[in-house]
Amino acid sequence: MKSATYTPGARIRSKKRGGALSQWIVGAILTLGGVLFVLPFVWMLISSLKTEADMIRIPPSLWPHPVTFANFPKLFKGMDFAVYLKNTLIIVLFSFVGLFLNAMAGFAFGKYRFKGRASLFLLVLATMMIPSQVTMIPTYLILNSMHLMNTMAGIVLPGFANSFMIFLLRQFMTNIPDEILEATRMDGSGEFRLFLRIILPMSAPILAVQAILTFIGGWNSFLWPLIIANSDKLYTLSVGLSLLQGQHGGDYALQMAGAAFMVVPIIVIFMFFQRQIIDNYAISGVK
Amino acid sequence: MKGIRTAPYFFIAPTMLLILVFSILPIGVALVISFTNTDMAGLGDMSEIRFVGFSNYLEVLRDPTFLKSILNTLFYVVIGVPAVIMFSLAVAVLINFGKSKIFHIFRLVYYIPSVTNIVAIAVIWGYLYNPSVGLFNFLLGKLHLGPVPWLQDPVIAKLSLIMLAVWRNIGLNMIIFIAAIRSIPRDYYEAAELDGASSWRQLISITVPMLSYAIFFVSITTMIGWLQFFEEPFIMTKGGPLDSTTSVSLFIYRNGFQLSNFGYAAAGSFILFFAIMAVTIFQFKLQRKDMSI
Repeated sequence: MKSATYTPGARIRSKKRGGALSQWIVGAILTLGGVLFVLPFVWMLISSLKTEADMIRIPPSLWPHPVTFANFPKLFKGMDFAVYLKNTLIIVLFSFVGLFLNAMAGFAFGKYRFKGRASLFLLVLATMMIPSQVTMIPTYLILNSMHLMNTMAGIVLPGFANSFMIFLLRQFMTNIPDEILEATRMDGSGEFRLFLRIILPMSAPILAVQAILTFIGGWNSFLWPLIIANSDKLYTLSVGLSLLQGQHGGDYALQMAGAAFMVVPIIVIFMFFQRQIIDNYAISGVK
Repeated sequence: MKGIRTAPYFFIAPTMLLILVFSILPIGVALVISFTNTDMAGLGDMSEIRFVGFSNYLEVLRDPTFLKSILNTLFYVVIGVPAVIMFSLAVAVLINFGKSKIFHIFRLVYYIPSVTNIVAIAVIWGYLYNPSVGLFNFLLGKLHLGPVPWLQDPVIAKLSLIMLAVWRNIGLNMIIFIAAIRSIPRDYYEAAELDGASSWRQLISITVPMLSYAIFFVSITTMIGWLQFFEEPFIMTKGGPLDSTTSVSLFIYRNGFQLSNFGYAAAGSFILFFAIMAVTIFQFKLQRKDMSI
C-alpha cells in the first residue's frame, strides 16, 4: 500500500513514461532519424574541405583526400563574398530598426486607448493574410516609381513592418502593469521616454527572441535583394551563393564552402539561443 | 514631450505608413494592373497602358503552363502537407515521451533545417541529388540499386523537392506540437494510468484528440504555405524539367519579373489569392462541422 507521504505525480509520471526500455527505444528511433536529418549538413561540411577534383571523383569519397581549407579564402578573394557579407550585415542592422518600429506599434496598440485602435489593429492583422505573390509585383513597381530600385532602401523598406511581430509584441506588452506606466508618468516622464526607459527593458524576453529571429531572417534574406538589386554591389550572401551555383555549376567544393559559411553561424547562434527561440511559441501562446 | 492623447498616433505612424505603402497600396495596384496590359513597355511610357478588362484572367486560365503549375502545386500540397503534419506530430510525440534532458538535443537537431538559408540548403541538396557524383545515388549504388534521376525525371523531381521541403518544414511544426502537448493537463494521463491504459492507448485517446486544435492550426498554415511553394523549385530546378516542377508562385514570378508581363502576372496572383482564401474558408467550415458533432 502507498505510504503516507505518497506523491501521486512523481510515481505516476514515471510509470506513464514507460520503463527504461521504452525510453531507449524512443531514443534510438529519434537518434536514427536525427542522424539522417543532419546528414546533409555533415556532408556539406565534409565537402567544403575537399578539393574540386575530389568532389567529382566517381565513386565519391566519403572523406576529403586531401583536406583543404582553401575553398573559404577563395570565396572572399575571387567571389566577392566580402561584399555580400557586408550587404547582408547592413540588411540585418536595418532589420533591427524595423524591430524597433514594430515594438513602438505593439506598445501603442497594447497600452493606449485611442480612436481607431480596433480597426487599425484589425487592418494590421488582415495584412498577414495577403500572400506575398500578390504584393511582390506591385511593390516592385512602386519602388520603381519611387526611384528606389537598386538601393539598400528599396531592399529593406518593404520588410520593416511585420504584422505578426506587432501582434506578438502587443500581446506581451498588454501584460505590463499599468501602475508602472502611471508611476513613471507621475514622475514627469514623456511618453517616448516611458517607452525607452520602461517598456523596452521590461519587454526584454520577447524582444530578445524577436531580435534573434530578426537576425536569422536578415542573414537569410534572398528573394527581395535578388529582385531589387541590379548589380553585384548590393547582393547578399544568399544571392551570391545562388550566383555561385549558377555560374560555377561545376565547382562543387566552392559551393559547399559558401553554403557552410551561411549555415554554420546560424547553427551556432541557434544552439546558444535555442531555449529562447523555442519558448517563443510558449511566450506568445499558440492558442 | 508628447501628450498622452497624441502619443499612440506617433508610435504607430511609422509602421502604419509602411504597411499602407507596402501592403495595402500594392493590393490596389495589383488589382488595377491586372485589368491592364502593363508590361515593360508600359513602364517606360504610361500611354502604352490600356485597360483590357478580364482578358488577362481569361488568358491565364487558358495558359497551359499555368494549368500545369496548378496541377504541380496540388501535387505538392496533397503529398507534402500530410507528410509534414504526420512527421512533425510523430517527432513531437517521441521527443515529449523522453524524460531526460538529452531529448532537448533532438529539438535542436530537427529544428535546424527550418532556420537555415534556403539557398544554402538548395545547393547542398542539389549536390546530394546529383545523378553522377551525388551521395544519394552513391549510397543506392552500394545497395546495388539503380541511379535515380532525382531532378531529371518530371515526376521524381517533384517528389525530390517535396522531400526537401518536408525536411525543412518539420522543425517548426514540431515545436508547435510539443508546446501543445505540454499544455495537456496531467490529470487526464494520471486518470488513464490508474485505469491501466498503456502508453499507446493514452496517445490515441488523450493526446491526439486534445491536439485537434493544434493539428487544425498546423494544417491551415502548412497548406497556405505549400500553396505558395516557390523557393525550392526556383533555386533547384528553375521549374524544370519542362515545367514539371513549376508551381503557381513560380509561374507568377516568371511572368512578372522575367517576362515583365506585370498585368498578366498580377491576374495570376489574384487567382492564387482566391484559391488560398477558398481553401482556408473550406477548412474552417470542415472544422466547424467537426466540432459541432
